[in-house]
Amino acid sequence: MHSSELLLTMYRKMVLARRFEEKAGQAYGQKKIQGFCHLYIGQEAVVVGINEAIRPDDMVMTGYRDHVHPLVRGSDAGMLMAELFGKDTGYSKGKGGSMHFFDIEHHFYGGYGIVGGQIPLAAGMAFASKYRNEDRITVCSFGDAAANQGAFHETLNMASKWKLPVLYVVENNRYGMGTDIARVSAEPEMHKRASAYKMRGVTVDGMDVLKVYDTVKEIAASIRAGDGPVLLEAYTYRFRGHSMSDAATYRSKEEVEQERARDPIIKLRALILKNRPGTEAQLDAIDESERKTVDEAISFADQSPEPPLEDIWTHGLVADGEPDEMPRARVRGATDVKWPSYPTDFKVTWDLEPREAPAPAPSLKKKGAA
Amino acid sequence: MAEIAYRDALNQALHEEMARDPRVFLMGEEVARYNGAYKVSQGLLEAYGSARVVDAPISELGFAGLGVGAAMVGLRPVIEMMTWNFAILAMDQIVNNAAKVRHMSGGQLRCPIVFRGPGGAGGRLSSQHSQALEANYAHFPGIKVIAPGTPADAKGLLKSAIRDENPIVFIEGELLYGARGEVPDGEYTIPIGKADIKRPGTDVTLITWSRMLTAHVLPAAELLAQQGINAEVVDLRTLKPFDKEAVAESVRKTNRVVIVEEGWPFASVGSELTDFIQRECFDDLDAPVARVTGLEVNMAYAANLERAIQPSVERIIESVKAVLYR
Repeated sequence: MHSSELLLTMYRKMVLARRFEEKAGQAYGQKKIQGFCHLYIGQEAVVVGINEAIRPDDMVMTGYRDHVHPLVRGSDAGMLMAELFGKDTGYSKGKGGSMHFFDIEHHFYGGYGIVGGQIPLAAGMAFASKYRNEDRITVCSFGDAAANQGAFHETLNMASKWKLPVLYVVENNRYGMGTDIARVSAEPEMHKRASAYKMRGVTVDGMDVLKVYDTVKEIAASIRAGDGPVLLEAYTYRFRGHSMSDAATYRSKEEVEQERARDPIIKLRALILKNRPGTEAQLDAIDESERKTVDEAISFADQSPEPPLEDIWTHGLVADGEPDEMPRARVRGATDVKWPSYPTDFKVTWDLEPREAPAPAPSLKKKGAA
Repeated sequence: MAEIAYRDALNQALHEEMARDPRVFLMGEEVARYNGAYKVSQGLLEAYGSARVVDAPISELGFAGLGVGAAMVGLRPVIEMMTWNFAILAMDQIVNNAAKVRHMSGGQLRCPIVFRGPGGAGGRLSSQHSQALEANYAHFPGIKVIAPGTPADAKGLLKSAIRDENPIVFIEGELLYGARGEVPDGEYTIPIGKADIKRPGTDVTLITWSRMLTAHVLPAAELLAQQGINAEVVDLRTLKPFDKEAVAESVRKTNRVVIVEEGWPFASVGSELTDFIQRECFDDLDAPVARVTGLEVNMAYAANLERAIQPSVERIIESVKAVLYR
């Protein structure tokens, strides 16, 4: 059974995500955000269900549709919005923008703009966890189209062979930009590809946050227990185009309307009202509070300064003794930032494959035979 | 000082750094049980086990990216490319991820990783296996590029590369692995970004790196000496960032420059050096900068064609005489 607290948290995070993306879309229309901007509207149940099912110190990364992954991990909405606005107070000081969100404090390891390019990185992060005998897992999301990249196949093979603690999530929204995934995939059911790498492939209704939560809860435990990586295919749908410049004319009106009827937020709201002591008034209060959070994020981004020109030259190469930037400490003066630190002195106890048996000693009996 | 082979110098560097720092691991094709396609990793599997010396599948992009991810969370991967020709498949991970994560994250992440392996012609291997690709990587901000030409430099620079906080492309000379040279005893490192004067001289500056140094440039300098021309040989060792002071100082002394590189001439390390020299040393030059490069063609298999496509002692001497107007 799911606690009231969990349901309300999920509801709050999905509403926050929806409002954030809606406002980002509006700001894009006002040219406050430019460049490529890929909204997550419609897919919220995937990220929220996963996030509540894993630990806060598990590592998460995704592709370029990356606004919501850090947001639901606890990133500062204003600083995320400021990054979209290209401001100095953004998480990457305006160097990353929409496609390159990073919040290492909240173990969000990035948005990546080359389709599927983050898939091997996640294996490396999971490799490091296993190498240091930590029990953290890595969760790496990508779209359905990324599963046709070589990086997907190369990495799943290694991840499975070496039993790396990584969960790969195909956020299958059915279209790689404007191309129906079935038009370009011999096997469009991506989870089936896991079997080629002797890996567990699982599907879940990505429009149902509780199903995602339950599924990932079980999978995360199995990965943490050392059972090896899993490929999870979450069937979802983006209500908007691929990016802000995409009118999505390749999808029929009926299809979009059908999917909008499965809106994961409406579904969860109805469930809370039906089964729980959650009242309309309570949920309305959450809606209002998240709307306020996002409005504040917009004004924070609006009022923030652009990065100074001399910042062009920072963060190219790391100079001797140069520390890492801690965005929330820099921007908000936060003193409670817990930054990941890694041991420099430890013993590697993992044997990635069994030690080769020593060559058998030459038999004396056979000496002189033949 | 012991005289050892280039491959053994690299092996010593890996051994010493892996013994010193448990965060260092080596991954690549044939690095473990086979002891390395060029035997650079001889004995490492036995010493450090299969999680630190990892035989990877033939998936250059995959294991290069795995290394980048591990570097982002506190390990120090050394990713061996069986040759830099194969690393072209991994270039996306090297230039789009390793070189950019610090920038894109606004300084939240760093990527201390070494990609290493042989570059340049290997001898009768035709087009796909005979490329000097250093200029490709030197083009990208966020990466350092190193190409040592002697065993001592190979060892000292590989150790520095492994300790560096940045992504490093470390290009070894495929034909240098058996080359022997004196290597200092005991612990030492060589700073990244410092050139080395391999032969002091007064009449002309020869700038080079990697295999060209011992294969053609030093022999050419000896022949020139017999003709009364005293050439200074500057071994860049690090191509990016290259040692601007050492280059400028030598040019101020000799006033004439020949750059010798194995790679193609268009948009190359040599063309960048030429630009630097004409901008920074214009008043010191007594002749236009000359360049000896691989010819602008794909490598042929036939022995005579392969020889003719690469720089040679003869072409170097010819260029030296041209800048001396002799």
